[in-house]
Amino acid sequence: MIDGFVALYIFMLAAFTGHEIIARVPVILHTPLMSGSNFVHGIVLVGAMIALGHASTPFETGLGFVAVLLGAGNVAGGYVVTERMLEMFKPSAGKPGDKA
Amino acid sequence: MSWLPTLVDACYFLAALLFILGLKRMSSPRTARGGIVWAGVGMLLAVLATFALPDMHNRGLILAAVLIGVAAAWWSGRRVAMTAMPQMVALYNGMGGGAAAGIGAAELVAHVQRAATMVPDTSPLRPESWAIDALHQVPAVAPLSPVALLLGVLGALIGAVSFSGSLVAFAKLQGWMDRRFVFPGQRIVNLLVLLLALLHGAMLATGHLELPVIAAFFVLSLLFGLLMTLPIGGADMPVVISLYNAFTGLAVAFEGYVLGNEAMIIAGMVVGAAGTLLTQLMAKAMNRSLGNVLFGSFGAAAGGAAQEIAGAQKPIEAADAAVMMAYAERVAIVPGYGMAVAQAQHKVWEFAKLLIERGVKVKFAIHPVAGRMPGHMNVLLAEAGVPYDLIEDMDDINPEFPNTDVVLVIGANDVVNPMAKTDPSSPIYGMPILDVAAAKHVIVVKRGKGTGFAGIENALFYADNTRMLYGDGQAAAGQLVSELKSLDV
Repeated sequence: MIDGFVALYIFMLAAFTGHEIIARVPVILHTPLMSGSNFVHGIVLVGAMIALGHASTPFETGLGFVAVLLGAGNVAGGYVVTERMLEMFKPSAGKPGDKA
Repeated sequence: MSWLPTLVDACYFLAALLFILGLKRMSSPRTARGGIVWAGVGMLLAVLATFALPDMHNRGLILAAVLIGVAAAWWSGRRVAMTAMPQMVALYNGMGGGAAAGIGAAELVAHVQRAATMVPDTSPLRPESWAIDALHQVPAVAPLSPVALLLGVLGALIGAVSFSGSLVAFAKLQGWMDRRFVFPGQRIVNLLVLLLALLHGAMLATGHLELPVIAAFFVLSLLFGLLMTLPIGGADMPVVISLYNAFTGLAVAFEGYVLGNEAMIIAGMVVGAAGTLLTQLMAKAMNRSLGNVLFGSFGAAAGGAAQEIAGAQKPIEAADAAVMMAYAERVAIVPGYGMAVAQAQHKVWEFAKLLIERGVKVKFAIHPVAGRMPGHMNVLLAEAGVPYDLIEDMDDINPEFPNTDVVLVIGANDVVNPMAKTDPSSPIYGMPILDVAAAKHVIVVKRGKGTGFAGIENALFYADNTRMLYGDGQAAAGQLVSELKSLDV
């Protein structure tokens, strides 16, 4: 378990990391990157799994089940869509010999 | 089995590292394609590690839910057309927000039930939190620390708003919902709903954990997401989706704190920060502040003072348009959402190739917010096989328009509307535009005489050097192609 200030440090450093990653991105990559970050927050699936794994009443189990379902959708959908978008960023003009 | 928790933690650590490296790679065109694979490996590790967590119940249910969710989303994501990508991103993002809200709900309900039955919390994830009971009216079994409770409530609120908001965005882009929904006093109603949601959240966070309060809290949060998104016009959707993406990230980070899961905190926070910056960049590209997008909905600000446009729209036949471009020296093609809807990108590229064979210099001019997402047009043109170096950004091509013989505007409207420069009463006043009116001739391919997505008249269509080619983008491009081919016979 993380105690207060350590968590605060993690929050802060992660926020700066996110800011740095996106700071100098060409416009053409905005959409794929939005989709990619959409996939990354699919990590919520892990939390949903934990919530369902610790559910003890039917109501909690139901909530957890829905959360896992939604989280899994976020992960799979986010991955597929991002991958399909990036598929199109083959090296300039799609020249076969051109190495990316 | 003492090595198991360490192994799980190591997996989470690796996952967080892979997410950051993957996103980093995705931010450069050269490495972007590998980036998603890195992040994907990280996700796989994290999910497998979670299965291995000790003391997990309902493993069968978990597996079933994961498989169903993955299968459904994989299938829908595979078969949807590239043009529908923006709404799919909105949909999957909404699911993530819903999952975060669901975690929050499960934690809050569990808290209530544990308090009611006085059973000590046996969760291995937060053993030391048993001791913390400050602020709670419930006795010593409170499983959530005050900070965790506060962040859990906040995460649930943000997640729920992102969930319902994203679904509205999805429905709008999918065309299931009327473009905008405005009623008098809307802002006040929205504000009231938000305040009520916050009030219920504050009650929960200060220990008034009762089921009716939890239920009301979630209903109000969902309602707010709905109300907040309804009045926003389609032109602003990319900004809104990006904002909800950042919201979901934050919600995930907060729920990660509640569950004591570092991978969730890091991944969520990185996305939260990156998404916020991305949202600002997009809003800036439209010369609008975020507040303006969210609260000053298009049209509402337009009032009655809009300039009247003199003149009439002058039509042109496809044959004449084709000849005009065939004998031009420089042609610029400006694609917009209309091209995406009509799936016309392949036909347009076929037409452009024919022009290039005839020795015409063809460029594609892309406005930063053309389509429903920044980069939307680039993705579509790339799909059709248009080489990277024929595509020009707004800043690069704007000075070239006066030397351009013909500009073919296909499915774009607001991004080429000169009123953004001339009419201070126009809701898009100040938005940088593609200066196509400076070209010698402009041909606009358009379905009908209606206004664009923002619901604004476009002075370009009435300009002296503009001709209108009415028709669906796909059909019009097809006609142009066949007319061009018939020139050589």
